[in-house]
Amino acid sequence: MTNHAKRLGAAAFLGSLVSAAPAFSQSLDEMVNTVFEGGTGWFVSLIFSNFPGTNFPWIVGWLVLAATIFTIYFGFVQFRAFAHSIALVKGDYSDPNDAGEVSHFQALATALSGTVGLGNIAGVAVAVGIGGPGATFWMILAGLMGMASKFTECTLGVKYRNEYADGTVSGGPMYYMTKGFAERGVGGGKFLAVMFAIFCILGSFGGGNMFQSNQAHAQIANVFGDFPGWITGLVFAVVVFAVIVGGLKSIAKVTEKVVPFMGVLYVVTALIIILMHFNQIGDAFGQIFRGAFTWDGAVGGAIGALIQGFRRAAFSNEAGVGSAAIAHSAVRTKEPITEGFVSLLEPFIDTVVICTMTALVIIITGQLVTDPETGMFVLNEAGTAIQTVSGNSGVALTSAAFSETFGWFRYILAIAVILFAFSTMLSWSYYGLKAWTFLFGEGQTKELVFKVIFCVFTWIGAAASLGPVIDFSDAAIFAMAVVNIIALYVLMPVVKAEMNSYMTRLRSGEIKKFV
Amino acid sequence: MSRKIVVGFDGSEASRRALDFAVSRAKVLGDAIVVAHVLEWSPYSFLTPNEIEERHRRRNEELQRAEQAIIAPVLKAVEDAGVPVTSVMKYGHIAETLCKIAEDEDAALIFIGRMGNSGLSSRIFGSVAGTLAQVAPVPVTIVP
Repeated sequence: MTNHAKRLGAAAFLGSLVSAAPAFSQSLDEMVNTVFEGGTGWFVSLIFSNFPGTNFPWIVGWLVLAATIFTIYFGFVQFRAFAHSIALVKGDYSDPNDAGEVSHFQALATALSGTVGLGNIAGVAVAVGIGGPGATFWMILAGLMGMASKFTECTLGVKYRNEYADGTVSGGPMYYMTKGFAERGVGGGKFLAVMFAIFCILGSFGGGNMFQSNQAHAQIANVFGDFPGWITGLVFAVVVFAVIVGGLKSIAKVTEKVVPFMGVLYVVTALIIILMHFNQIGDAFGQIFRGAFTWDGAVGGAIGALIQGFRRAAFSNEAGVGSAAIAHSAVRTKEPITEGFVSLLEPFIDTVVICTMTALVIIITGQLVTDPETGMFVLNEAGTAIQTVSGNSGVALTSAAFSETFGWFRYILAIAVILFAFSTMLSWSYYGLKAWTFLFGEGQTKELVFKVIFCVFTWIGAAASLGPVIDFSDAAIFAMAVVNIIALYVLMPVVKAEMNSYMTRLRSGEIKKFV
Repeated sequence: MSRKIVVGFDGSEASRRALDFAVSRAKVLGDAIVVAHVLEWSPYSFLTPNEIEERHRRRNEELQRAEQAIIAPVLKAVEDAGVPVTSVMKYGHIAETLCKIAEDEDAALIFIGRMGNSGLSSRIFGSVAGTLAQVAPVPVTIVP
């Protein structure tokens, strides 16, 4: 065949591909959806089954109970040590001779870029869309209490990390489960560690990956018009592949540097919108408090608000899940407890600040439809969520709320969503890989297998529809919390001893400021 | 008692001239030299999870490389010239860290070369020599 003929042939092939694409795409998305839902349904219903005789999922109770116990056990450490935590992040207590090592600020910023993501933008919209404004109250409460869970797990993550001869470190729940349990003479550490690693891998495929590409696609489609999800998924998968397999560090570096600015821009814009509606701020908080305790027409009433609020908070800030313990474990510090103090700021920034901003903007801009006569929220036809002005849910609802004031913000939000999604995927690919190598050992081929599977899920996530994806994502991440919190209960006396010793030395002046 | 001169040294031409000048002065006056190498570093930069994991190892490698490639060769040369010499390597903001080193070493002088940028870039980003001249705790000699 001549070159010319080859080119003609290629053109004809492409032409037929394009004309066949719409039908093919539709069926592909549907197929992915059906297979995915069928394959994960049993796991989802196991994690989200209710307490017998109630419609309260046991997993939500499990997380709240843990956060409450840690809060009381450590004497409200999240409030007592809040100022000290900020001093630590500022570097007031960092030895200048350790400059060049990972600072508290850097560990916090990296962990935050893994957690600040679509949970803050899309997840909150889901919570408020289903549970009503009252969900915000429970979300904030869960965020405040989650600070104690985070404090516990991150202290342990640093204390029981592995340091290798070449200076690299590996830490996380797998390590405190094995080493910490052995130290305390408690059995079952190895079993828990293996369970955690399996769930962590699933979580890295679900919430840390599929949910991200799913909602990134939703936002892109929302701004630029609808098109099949598998296309976005493929693009994401290729870029993620290029970074984690191809070692294209430049993309990761750019993302890590742009994400914090996007976060700040998001909060500032939200604040401006809230201030522009300042006469409704009181009313918005009124709705939040009323909805938290009384029937306001939202799905499931006050209990529904509580379930949604706690669920989204846990999904967003990952307190008690154990993922942050992996991210924080590499910091250079002589006192593991200091990283615990620093990490307790994470749920605060993530949930109490950023998530609340999203919720306030949605409430204040009047996205949720109320019945003018009764003042109650109106549900959609299926009765699964509150009717919204734009008919949107998830990230599209947040986008609609922001764009009502600033039309151009949907484009900024689209970029922010893509970057947040991407940085969260990179973080979770790292968490998942750590769990994978814990199970199967290190080695190039083994690691490559994980990375390829990870990219496949990135692709599936964008093609599947929100419902099954969000259920599986939540289920996988909560499964991590089930095992992690058991370990935290066993090891919490270790953290308490560390905390008391540190606090005594801090008060006596043995631990000094360097600045 | 001999005084100490801190010389900011990064292996560049300008820093070599500063060191040469400092050595010739020290020889005459009987001073000692502290060769100071600062690796630019901000604790507020952003790192990826992988960078965080490898940071401790990287830091050791960076220090080793600086020691071998930049510090060791000149230490020998200064010693051969008959001037007592020590070296310091630190991470941080360059001008601030040089000041800190001068304080820690109880030095009498700081010698530093200059890049000779007079244009837009130094107006925006400032220069090490300019900043040092403003904030140093001891007299600063800027060698062109």
